[in-house]
Amino acid sequence: MEKDYYVCTGCGLLCDDIEVELEKNAVNKVYTACRVGVAHMKEGSRDSAFLVDGKPADEAAAIKEAALILKNAKNPLVFGLGTSTNEAQKLAIELAKKLSATLDDTSSFCLGPVVEALLQEKFKTCTLDDIRHKADVAIFWGADPSDSHPRHLSKFSYFPRGQEKQRGWEEERTAICVDIRKSHTAKICGNYFFQVPQGGDAEFIEALIAGLSGKIPKTSYNYPPKKLLELANILKGAKFGTIFVGLGLLYSLEDLGPLVRLLETLNEKAKGSFHLVPMVGHYNMRGFNENLFAETGYVNSVKFEEGAVKHGPEYSVVEALKAKAVDAALIIGSDPLSSLPRSIAKNLLEIPIITVDPCETLTSRKAKVAIRSGVSGVESGGSATRMDGVEVSFKPIVETNRPSDEEVLKKLMEAL
Amino acid sequence: MTNAMEIYQMLPKTNCKKCGKTSCMAFAVALMARELTADDCPPLIEESKYKENYEKISGLFKTSEGATETGLIVHEDLCFGCGNCVVACPVNVANDPYGVGSGKAPSKTEKLILIIEDGIVKAQNVGECRRFGKNKILCNGCIVTCPVEAIEFV
Repeated sequence: MEKDYYVCTGCGLLCDDIEVELEKNAVNKVYTACRVGVAHMKEGSRDSAFLVDGKPADEAAAIKEAALILKNAKNPLVFGLGTSTNEAQKLAIELAKKLSATLDDTSSFCLGPVVEALLQEKFKTCTLDDIRHKADVAIFWGADPSDSHPRHLSKFSYFPRGQEKQRGWEEERTAICVDIRKSHTAKICGNYFFQVPQGGDAEFIEALIAGLSGKIPKTSYNYPPKKLLELANILKGAKFGTIFVGLGLLYSLEDLGPLVRLLETLNEKAKGSFHLVPMVGHYNMRGFNENLFAETGYVNSVKFEEGAVKHGPEYSVVEALKAKAVDAALIIGSDPLSSLPRSIAKNLLEIPIITVDPCETLTSRKAKVAIRSGVSGVESGGSATRMDGVEVSFKPIVETNRPSDEEVLKKLMEAL
Repeated sequence: MTNAMEIYQMLPKTNCKKCGKTSCMAFAVALMARELTADDCPPLIEESKYKENYEKISGLFKTSEGATETGLIVHEDLCFGCGNCVVACPVNVANDPYGVGSGKAPSKTEKLILIIEDGIVKAQNVGECRRFGKNKILCNGCIVTCPVEAIEFV
């Protein structure tokens, strides 16, 4: 078996140690990757497809039709890009500028606020490699990496041995889970699972801060103070702690205030330092946030207008569709018709849609122009940003005649 | 898991001794200890009124098929390849500390007990397992780290 490692782009972890056996230009066997990654890698090598009004067309005709739709639109929406490479994302930002479009990705209803706060340096953060080498306490808050990022615990946060953690997880690491249900991750955390009621996270944080400051922690749902103090004591003794923020926590908080205060208190009271890492799901959502931040100073929900940039919740995909503010949509690697609430998604059906996606989705079936691109990371290479902000480059595993997102966007730019 | 009494209830309860045991209760205990299988009870197979019970009892012990010499069973339908067991297994760590012991891809696959293949854990070299051999101990490193109870020892 040759030791030529590939990168898996199945989730935000971007595991870079995957061995692949090929047979007739198709992935035959995958080693080390989890089931999510295997499914993602074996998805590749289908035929290319360009559909206009649901009928097969050639590439030039599809691109021409797509360009025409975008040209005729006054305020097109460019959405998706969580599963595109950094290079494709930068092109999409250029395209949105040229079109005076509204640009957003899934992070506006996902972990966008946390990534924004990290980029604005409101929180201390660290890389996953730091965590493997040093971390002694990991808190999974409103996240279930065992299901969403299967190799998170085994590759970085709990089980592996690192430079300063050579004696293994039983002796030197503590994994804590705070969630509303006993998830698979909570099962691994055993006694360190803290179950909060739905929407009870903000209060739990305040009580924990009180516990850390030597006061009696109180909650309206009467969480046992003894258990909270036990948690506070573990955190106080931590030398290198990390909080992995999941969607569960973010959806339960009105703003990031309590989380900022918790991190401040922890860094003040604990032996060592505490860091925050967002549990980004799509493999390059963080990349999109960083690329747009570098370009405009915002992470998502922007509208380009004659060289100026406007930002606000009204330019997020949900609000823009709700207000019917957009009159065409270019959707890249996302399926809003399935993922958004029906009351909002139905407004998409009133406008012409162009999709660029490796899969056939509900959105691509309803699209005026549907372009089936190559699976990025499997059929096309590039670079992406991992959930902790580290850039990872990757090469294609199999050859394909399907164009990558980047190539499609390049051709669209030329046609415009 | 079930107990001998529950299995006894499903047997013919005639104490015919055809299985070589003195009573049906003794047969149930032998089944539990995996000395005999449901196929060793002739009435259970031959008489149609016991057909349902025969299938039930065979189903109960089905998991032990496919077990390795150490009794390790991987439930492939449950496993999703997180690799916790691969990284936590003490033998894996000792044999490949800079590969799987550090959470990375294995560098010496031939010496490992557990590896991930196509997203599912695969047991090999089970003779190296700490539950096997002369100085065996009841190590449970791979069981307690599995979030979905996909690994079992029988």
